[in-house]
Amino acid sequence: MEMQPIKFYQTGTFTVGNRLLGEDQRAVQANLQRTNSLNCGHRACQGCGEALGARYAIDAAMRAANKQLIAANATGCLEVFSTPYPETSWQIPWIHSLFGNAAAVAAGIAAALKVKGRTDVRVIAQGGDGGTTDIGFGCLSGMFERNDDVLYICYDNEAYMNTGVQRSSATPPAARTATTPTVGAHPGNAFGQGKNLPQIALAHNIPYVATASVAYLRDLESKVMRAMSLHGARYIHIFVPCPLGWGAASQDTIKLARLAVESGLFPLFEAEHGEVTGVYKIRKPMPVEEYLKPQRRFAHLFGPTPALETIARLQAGADRNIRKFGLLAEAI
Amino acid sequence: MLKQIEGSEAVAQAVALCRPEVICAYPISPQTHIVEGLGRRVNSGELGRCEFINVESEFAAMSVSIGASAAGARSYTATASQGLLFMAEAVYNASGLGLPIVMTVANRAIGAPINIWNDHSDSLALRDSGWIQLFAETNQEALDLHILAFRLAEELSLPAMVCMDGFILTHAYERVDMPTQAQVDAYLPRYEPRQVLDPAEPVSIGAMVGPEAFMEVRYLAHAKQLQALERLPVLASEFKQIFGRDSGGLVRRYRTEDAETIVVAMGSVLGTIKDVVDEMRDAGVKIGALGVCAFRPSPLAAIREALRRAQRVVVLEKSLAVGLGGILATDIRTALAGVQLHGYTVIAGLGGRPILKSSLHDLFKKAGEDALEPVSFLDLGWDVVERVLERERQSRRSGPIAENILRDIGVVGATLA
Repeated sequence: MEMQPIKFYQTGTFTVGNRLLGEDQRAVQANLQRTNSLNCGHRACQGCGEALGARYAIDAAMRAANKQLIAANATGCLEVFSTPYPETSWQIPWIHSLFGNAAAVAAGIAAALKVKGRTDVRVIAQGGDGGTTDIGFGCLSGMFERNDDVLYICYDNEAYMNTGVQRSSATPPAARTATTPTVGAHPGNAFGQGKNLPQIALAHNIPYVATASVAYLRDLESKVMRAMSLHGARYIHIFVPCPLGWGAASQDTIKLARLAVESGLFPLFEAEHGEVTGVYKIRKPMPVEEYLKPQRRFAHLFGPTPALETIARLQAGADRNIRKFGLLAEAI
Repeated sequence: MLKQIEGSEAVAQAVALCRPEVICAYPISPQTHIVEGLGRRVNSGELGRCEFINVESEFAAMSVSIGASAAGARSYTATASQGLLFMAEAVYNASGLGLPIVMTVANRAIGAPINIWNDHSDSLALRDSGWIQLFAETNQEALDLHILAFRLAEELSLPAMVCMDGFILTHAYERVDMPTQAQVDAYLPRYEPRQVLDPAEPVSIGAMVGPEAFMEVRYLAHAKQLQALERLPVLASEFKQIFGRDSGGLVRRYRTEDAETIVVAMGSVLGTIKDVVDEMRDAGVKIGALGVCAFRPSPLAAIREALRRAQRVVVLEKSLAVGLGGILATDIRTALAGVQLHGYTVIAGLGGRPILKSSLHDLFKKAGEDALEPVSFLDLGWDVVERVLERERQSRRSGPIAENILRDIGVVGATLA
């Protein structure tokens, strides 16, 4: 984690206000010369976390790679909303092949560049949680294992949003999706299922693994920059709220992304070669209810008879993350 | 240079002469020796700038090839059977994206029941994937077709499969004439695609195409295959000029001039068929053979021209369109639309069942007497089949076919029932 020498608390977190920093320390997004890699005119929903995350990440990667960047994209919302033929929002060389093969396509691009001696050009693969944790998992693990020179970015909005909000292996417990309906004795997604891909990536001992959130722009950008400074297989898992799929207000995307981190539900960490090198400390842990309540996918937990036991289980998961990663900041 | 080598090694050497830049390998019998041979050449540095990638699946093999080809690298992979089906989605994608990847298919049956031996079910299952499919009759032709395939694929911006019979060709030691690097370089120019992934000219490839343009894209894929029909004879003749032998092309006639019966087939079985044709000719029977080298694009006009004067056509194929009959035979029937002659489909050699000269003699004799069923199965074990069918006439319950056969004779798992 990039430590910041100055701490001006503007938001109740450790976020530093951009205007308080020198020009060279400001966010890539604050720079008028940013590439706008994912340009305006695309078809994403209002408040789309994935569109935001992709622009943040790819703009930062473009700066790091001196604009010598190629991206392979999995099928999904990001692909569909960005490239309705004959239009495209991408300002970078970009290819979409299939749902489950973005990591492999990127590995092929990297191999071609290596053969051609184009060491200046860097390669990114990107996809949603379905394309990453489920259908693209085999190709992703293969790319990790071979240590191919690719940065894979997963934009995690915790379900198959493009097809109409079905459960993925990244869907959290209790969440309502079209395939985990809120009926029966255990409404919503089951507890004890799903996979934690950042941890699985970590177990591959690849050069770099990080989690990031669209609510923490500078943290996200610094992680992309760090990843781009390294070679080999790298993985960044970005938490991106989906207003449509989560039943949340469009203007709450950043708020929800922040609450996921502050509650401990989505820990921000980074790791190199399988070893955690930094975590984003939480200044004041928020109860999970604050995060859950604004989302209709969790509305069944807050009916006339609140599902206190379920909420407690979710809180226990968040508390476990806080303990496991040592997320609590010491009092200052 | 004449060499006595294994078919797989011949193909590996031919592919190496084509200067591939990215090779993806995932092992599946009977393709393994080909990629092993290439891996040795990459590791030893013999191939110069070339990446050899051990991928985790055939789906990844084709996907890595897609990325490499889209970034401008000459890309090659090899597979067979289940592997080809496992990568099916990416196979379609490669042709849709117009990427001239060349892939060897060491033709092998598809399970269940699992079977590693030769038939043509695998590549024919991907008949409509938009790939060129060329079938080799001998190891010499398998070797030659790879060189030709790269040339054709890159010229047309279409991927190409070179299909060679698993084990029968891949593992057979035969004499081959290995071309020189200079010959291959003279025939195969550098790969210079029109559009690649390049930061100097950022393009978006693989966008979501809707109803307003999809039909045109598909038609153009079809039109490219039709262009391949025109190019294949030209490329075969250029091939002959440089390498001094006939290889490739659309179809190959064998003693068909005055033939009353013509046997149509693909792949190595043509060797056996030609021997039988010779023996029957010696006995005064007017019979000939037609080898189909280009399965896709389908050379309908050339097939029609070769067959239309015959009285009967026997399509002998190592594939089965379950619930219909023949796959190749259906193409042949399309080619012969409006031509009045007797047509017979013979399904033979599935899962490596030997196709014996004695069986072919009987078969062609029966065909000459027009005593064949429209669709027949060569050397089928009717006793086994009848026992199962009889039991099913009495009671029907679902279950795996191969295991049901065993249960019918009183074996369940490892014990006697």
